[in-house]
Amino acid sequence: MQFPESWLREFIDPPLSSEELCHLLTMAGLEVEEQKPVAPKFHGVVVARVLAVEKHPHADRLKLCQVDAGAHGVLSIVCGAPNVEAGLHVPCALPGAKLPGGEIKVAKVRGIDSYGMLCSARELGLAEDHDGIMTLPGDAPLGKDLRQYLALDDQIITLKLTPNRADCLSLKGLARELMALTGVAAKMPEIQAVAPTIADVRAIVLDAPEACPRYCGRVIADVNAAAPTPEWMKARLLRCGVRSISALVDITNYVMLELGQPLHAFDDEKLVGAIHVRYPRAGERLLLLNGQTVEPAADVALIADDEKALALAGIMGGEESGVGLSTRRVFLESAFFSPSAIAGRARALGFSSDAAHRFERGVDFALQRAALERATALILAICGGKAGPLCEAESLPHLPTRQAIRLSPARASRLLGIELTLAQCERLLTGLGLAPRQEADALVVMPPTWRFDLAIEEDLVEELARLHGYENIPAHPPSAQLSMRPQPEAQRSPYALRRQLAARGYYEVINYSFVPPEWEADLAGNDKPVRLANPIASHLAVMRSSLIGGLVGVLQTNLKRQLDRVRLFEIGRCFSPDATAETGHAQPMRLGMLAAGEAYPLQWGLSRRPVDFFDLKGDIEALFAPARIESVAFPHPALHPGRSARILLAGRSIGILGELHPLWRQKYEIPVAVVVAELDLDALLRHDMPHYQEISRFPAVVRDLALIVEVACSASALVDTLRRAAPGYVRDVSLFDVYQGKGVTEGKKSLAFRITMQDTQKTLSDHDADAAIKRMLDAAFREHGAMLRQ
Amino acid sequence: MSNLEELVTRAIGAFAACEEPARLEEVKAAFLGKDGELTALLKGLGKLPPEARKEAGSAINAAKSRIEAALHERREALKKSQLSAQLAAEALDVSLPGRGEAQGALHPVVRTLERIEALFASLGFAVADGPEIETDWHNFTALNTPADHPARSMHDTFYLLDEAGRVRADILLRTHTSPVQIRAMQAHTQAFAGADPMPELRVICPGRVYRVDSDATHSPMFHQVEGLWVGERVSFADLKGVIVDFLRHFFESDDLAVRFRPSFFPFTEPSAEIDVAFRHGPLAGRWLEIAGCGMVHPHVLAAGGMDARRYTGFAFGMGLDRLTMLRYGVCDLRLFFEGDLRFLAQFR
Repeated sequence: MQFPESWLREFIDPPLSSEELCHLLTMAGLEVEEQKPVAPKFHGVVVARVLAVEKHPHADRLKLCQVDAGAHGVLSIVCGAPNVEAGLHVPCALPGAKLPGGEIKVAKVRGIDSYGMLCSARELGLAEDHDGIMTLPGDAPLGKDLRQYLALDDQIITLKLTPNRADCLSLKGLARELMALTGVAAKMPEIQAVAPTIADVRAIVLDAPEACPRYCGRVIADVNAAAPTPEWMKARLLRCGVRSISALVDITNYVMLELGQPLHAFDDEKLVGAIHVRYPRAGERLLLLNGQTVEPAADVALIADDEKALALAGIMGGEESGVGLSTRRVFLESAFFSPSAIAGRARALGFSSDAAHRFERGVDFALQRAALERATALILAICGGKAGPLCEAESLPHLPTRQAIRLSPARASRLLGIELTLAQCERLLTGLGLAPRQEADALVVMPPTWRFDLAIEEDLVEELARLHGYENIPAHPPSAQLSMRPQPEAQRSPYALRRQLAARGYYEVINYSFVPPEWEADLAGNDKPVRLANPIASHLAVMRSSLIGGLVGVLQTNLKRQLDRVRLFEIGRCFSPDATAETGHAQPMRLGMLAAGEAYPLQWGLSRRPVDFFDLKGDIEALFAPARIESVAFPHPALHPGRSARILLAGRSIGILGELHPLWRQKYEIPVAVVVAELDLDALLRHDMPHYQEISRFPAVVRDLALIVEVACSASALVDTLRRAAPGYVRDVSLFDVYQGKGVTEGKKSLAFRITMQDTQKTLSDHDADAAIKRMLDAAFREHGAMLRQ
Repeated sequence: MSNLEELVTRAIGAFAACEEPARLEEVKAAFLGKDGELTALLKGLGKLPPEARKEAGSAINAAKSRIEAALHERREALKKSQLSAQLAAEALDVSLPGRGEAQGALHPVVRTLERIEALFASLGFAVADGPEIETDWHNFTALNTPADHPARSMHDTFYLLDEAGRVRADILLRTHTSPVQIRAMQAHTQAFAGADPMPELRVICPGRVYRVDSDATHSPMFHQVEGLWVGERVSFADLKGVIVDFLRHFFESDDLAVRFRPSFFPFTEPSAEIDVAFRHGPLAGRWLEIAGCGMVHPHVLAAGGMDARRYTGFAFGMGLDRLTMLRYGVCDLRLFFEGDLRFLAQFR
């Protein structure tokens, strides 16, 4: 809602500066989005008339003008504008005038004295165009200060209104609100019924009374549709951001801005029979005023005559039935359309209109007659013509209902945390024009026809708070029942996990949850991703089922910026269809990790090598410690088939780890080594509580064991076998060497283990140690064919 | 006796001439060894008359002690100089950088979230979570925003397609974290079904939210943190108290102004927009919109299973990304979602 301050002050003129007024509106919930002056600062410019124009004696392009500036006398002014000619009314800057571009002085121009300057709109900062001298209407009083004449000492105020305050989408509504806020009386326009001078009427049939419970109309004959819109009306509309079109259309817009009632003018000669408000017939199409042809859905009400659709009710008029400059008879509509019948309809058709914006939020349903009378009077005054009687159809049961609301000052006080007395509440609500009635210790209020946001007690509490001023409610330190929050020790905070990752060199990233379908296909093997109905771009069209794509994308971004050692992680949800879930989708939280480039940052003390599978596996093991994870070879579409594993925790699969498939490295243009992993967050956040175990006072026995096995034998399987076979006093089995090559038969490999044995009750003998080693060796032979390396 | 004196002097001189421990031991043998000079003198004592033996013996032993002391002193000196030489040889260029992995970082928005969780935890707020693909009921209907409510146009909602390519009307990408209010209230009222009065519910709900919007100041995905406090005596003045307290602690500054301005959200009544203005710094004097809040609407309390006549509550929703930008002076929202390491490394 945009309007000039001067228009509002015509309704109500509280003793406040522009800034104070804007602050008051903002703090009352009518947020002032912008406040700007109509014109920049200038003074000393008056209305003048060009009396005579002759060529400048010393310059081809300049003219010497004699201008009559009223009380300021006749001035001789040199002017270079091509459009200057005798008889024009123009703005004239007198000597001493200050314009946005500088001060005007008496000056010699090519040898001739010039006593001022004729101004263009651009020189005055009123417009951007450069069409020569600005021309003023022929009745502009000579010598009059231009700022006064054009009412330039004015502010344009733009409000960002919330959807509940449709009652403030008019000057009258704003004035009503300001009256409540300031206590200053408002001068509302007095509207008198126009006496009909012709008998012409048109029948109105409400076939869809739930969409249109009240419809008023009137025939106005013999209008001069080509009459010019008065300058004052044009200027006001312009300052409201509305372009002048024709007198008839301008008047309907003006009354909408003034009172809040959208109106529509039909060319009455194009109507046949009665006016109907009805729903569309199958396949019915309509060409709208905006040039768009629509086939309205079944729930979009139409205005029609006996033969055809004329307009989308409460949304937009039709092109064919609209008024033009040659219109001679007008049928003027002023109707109430139910918010539920308008809501979302324009948006569904892909446009918006001032009428729809107002009707879907709620227009005062007692306003239709008054608005029609106001517009009729303006048409008669501006375009002439003869008005017929006011025609009206209404369906009272379908009009919005208003139910009395009971307000208890005690409850209001409890909700707001301040003490409000009944008398205070009564005074504040009366100011809003709500006429509260006392009933025992409460007030009963009937919401007015213009408010669609007052239905329950809390709505009135908000009104009280607004009028009392949110600023005047203290910020109170709350008191609460204290109780400790559980802190389960077997659950760690995601921030602890994040810090651990950061300490290992990883940077946290946050990627969009929607990704290119290509990432899903390539990196998650997902040809049927969850698709968005209305993505913002085709590369953000599907929901991710894996975090890997996003991490690879960030790697690409950094590679392009010459950062080629990259460690990333992201914690976020992944999405996949799941009929058993409440939303039809599984949305687990996962941790994604990516390591690319050198194993270590470039430094003097370590030799350089690319990052590999085991670097990332080491990081993952550290995240899970003290729990042990296992990894089992397992193919994954994103990963190198020989370097890809499933991660198991206590036998349950909780993620994947591996090297990015060389094909994807090639396709996504990644020249460095890349290892990625994706793990269930829940598994990572579980963290077993420690349980003390006795520390032995007896010496440990340490034996090293080198075993020869097939190359294909998995190290973890062998370790499992050794651990299972070991007696209780074997404390640790650690793999410390893997060897293949000279000294070991081809197709075999040597794995070396350090076995640490220690008992809590006695010193172990050589015999105990030998027995343990024998049991482990036997099991390794039995299960894996392992031989002791000689 | 002058012989003995001369012998001691010679021995001390010989020891001092030795620069190597091995050489010192060789020289030592020449005086104190089996065939050494002093040993020879002691052996010769037997040839002396018994009355002279005692005197001569003690003189020789005194000389021997002096030589042994000199030897010990020389040994220690050699050891010390050898250690010094070794230590000198082992000296490092201590200015060389340390070895190992570099430090990574938490995302700045997450860093903000952690601080917010900690600040609210100090007032007894728990953290709750909800799905990002959300039901229309939780995201809108339960929040007093029925279908076709004009407030729905405030949110440009992402919808999903089903497998046949039809738009699903029943689910969406949540447009705010407010649906978690409903989930938290439902869980609370179920957990304390028989309790009288029900314990207070204090919870914050952070997370990702989605709106069809993308330009320099809007991202189609961003972060909010929702707060909810429901109890028997929770008022708008308490809401103001908590928010002002939070903002002062979050920005670690009393040098900011906070204002509450009436606004509209279907799920709160009364509703307010929260603006802050800093007194110093690049944004000094400008009111910056930072959060929406209000008293929980009775319909919303009811949707959460609460008795709206008995319990009242406040709720707020803050933009995490906005708070992070203000806290660290980040001026472009898009930086949060690009993953540029040069940006992320500034938050170590």
